[in-house]
Amino acid sequence: MIKNILAFTILLLIASPTLFAEVIHQERSLYRNIFVEDSGDLRCLKFSVKRETSNQSCIYKSDPNKMVFTYTKLAFSGLLLKPNPKRILIVGLGGGTLSNTFHQLFPEAIIDNVEIDPAVVKVAKQYFDFKENQQVTNYEKDGRIFIKRAVLKKQQYDWIILDAYNGDYIPEHLMTKEFLAETKKLLSPTGVMTANTFSLSQLYNAESATYQAVFGEFYNVRFNEHGNRIIAYTNGTKPTQAELESRADQLAPVLIKYGVDIYRVLRSMKIEQDWPKNTRILTDQYSPANLLK
Amino acid sequence: MWQNLFIYLLAFSSGFAIMGIELLGGRILAPYFGSSIHIWGSIIAVFLLSLSLGYLIGGKFSTHLPTLKKYGLLFFFSGLTVTPIALFATPILELIFVNIEDTRYGSLVASVALFFIPTVILGMISPYSIRLLITDKEKSGQVAGVLYFVSTIGSALGTLMTSFYLVLWFEVNTIILFYCFLLMALGITSIILNHVFTASSKHQVRASA
Repeated sequence: MIKNILAFTILLLIASPTLFAEVIHQERSLYRNIFVEDSGDLRCLKFSVKRETSNQSCIYKSDPNKMVFTYTKLAFSGLLLKPNPKRILIVGLGGGTLSNTFHQLFPEAIIDNVEIDPAVVKVAKQYFDFKENQQVTNYEKDGRIFIKRAVLKKQQYDWIILDAYNGDYIPEHLMTKEFLAETKKLLSPTGVMTANTFSLSQLYNAESATYQAVFGEFYNVRFNEHGNRIIAYTNGTKPTQAELESRADQLAPVLIKYGVDIYRVLRSMKIEQDWPKNTRILTDQYSPANLLK
Repeated sequence: MWQNLFIYLLAFSSGFAIMGIELLGGRILAPYFGSSIHIWGSIIAVFLLSLSLGYLIGGKFSTHLPTLKKYGLLFFFSGLTVTPIALFATPILELIFVNIEDTRYGSLVASVALFFIPTVILGMISPYSIRLLITDKEKSGQVAGVLYFVSTIGSALGTLMTSFYLVLWFEVNTIILFYCFLLMALGITSIILNHVFTASSKHQVRASA
């Protein structure tokens, strides 16, 4: 009996963050259902309540600087490849945490965010303290169109972060060879690109093959086999291991307060091909990404 | 009897092709104008507008000595005018993208440029089919009902097949060119059958005389 009570209490404690989750804001935008949920110290932006995977962006209320998700930590591999970005482009705003962090790290850098959904921008500002100012801007545009126009204007970025893919629906025109080729044109000569990708097998293979077709060799960055994977690419020459390590030494003390163990990120960067060679790539002509999930 | 079945088959196929092309329209426009709700607004509006004009013109056209040959020509030219969607979409869309910044009007102009002409011709098919099918005034409503039934079922299947399976198996242009080929082949068949039927009916007239 006591054993049962004990077991029940432990279960309750484990489950408590989800049990006591409280939706503090919800709205239906043109693109999705948006929820802001508080559970304990964690505040999350969700695009649908039912599935846990649809967490878009989370912060610790007591320490909003700290990165919650693995993939946001992995994205810092970009800094190992390009330590001082002057112009940063983030496609897919979420709660705006990456934008805020980068602005703290590089107050002089121009940071352009692209988020098509005005409701997401509003929620990011209201609940996640996303800040726009002289340096930081959000453009309410489709990522593909923003990039196409930026190419026409001959703009360049030192770091491009592709993160417009949420669990429920993938904008298929943002996952094709043509889109990535346009993105590559926006990179400065030593610019880097980090892209959040899907870890599900069929889509993992298709995405990997598509990125390879455009960028050639890239870093696969992930903490473990089945978790999030970031693709990191540099337009410049690849740094040597020694260079990477010395950059990590410089970044480590700064990044620790953001909850990023840059040494672990460095150890997780591998140039490897772990998808079948004959994988069909995604193009504007063939992009059934949502059907491959 | 066989002629009527053939006409229903053609109406079914045109319904299938119309919706297949419309759905792929979203895919074709997305790289230049995104995939927001207003892109679909543009596409659907242009299709409805073109179809409505097609109904009007097709009805008028059916009053001048309707034949299977002219009916076949409608199919042939609809297929022919669909081909630029596959072959010249990129330069057309690029030109519009560079000149119009607003994605709403950009996508509207692009839809008109790509889909207006073929959809008007495809719209002409329905009233023309009814004219060819009706022999008895009493049954005109029933015939029109069956024709709408058949062509709308075709549209429903075209929608499902294209979005569920065809995009998973083929490239967009391959599917578009398949629809071109289908429409043109049916058109040519219709023209050939026109000769067969007129020959046989002449024969019958002679036999009864």
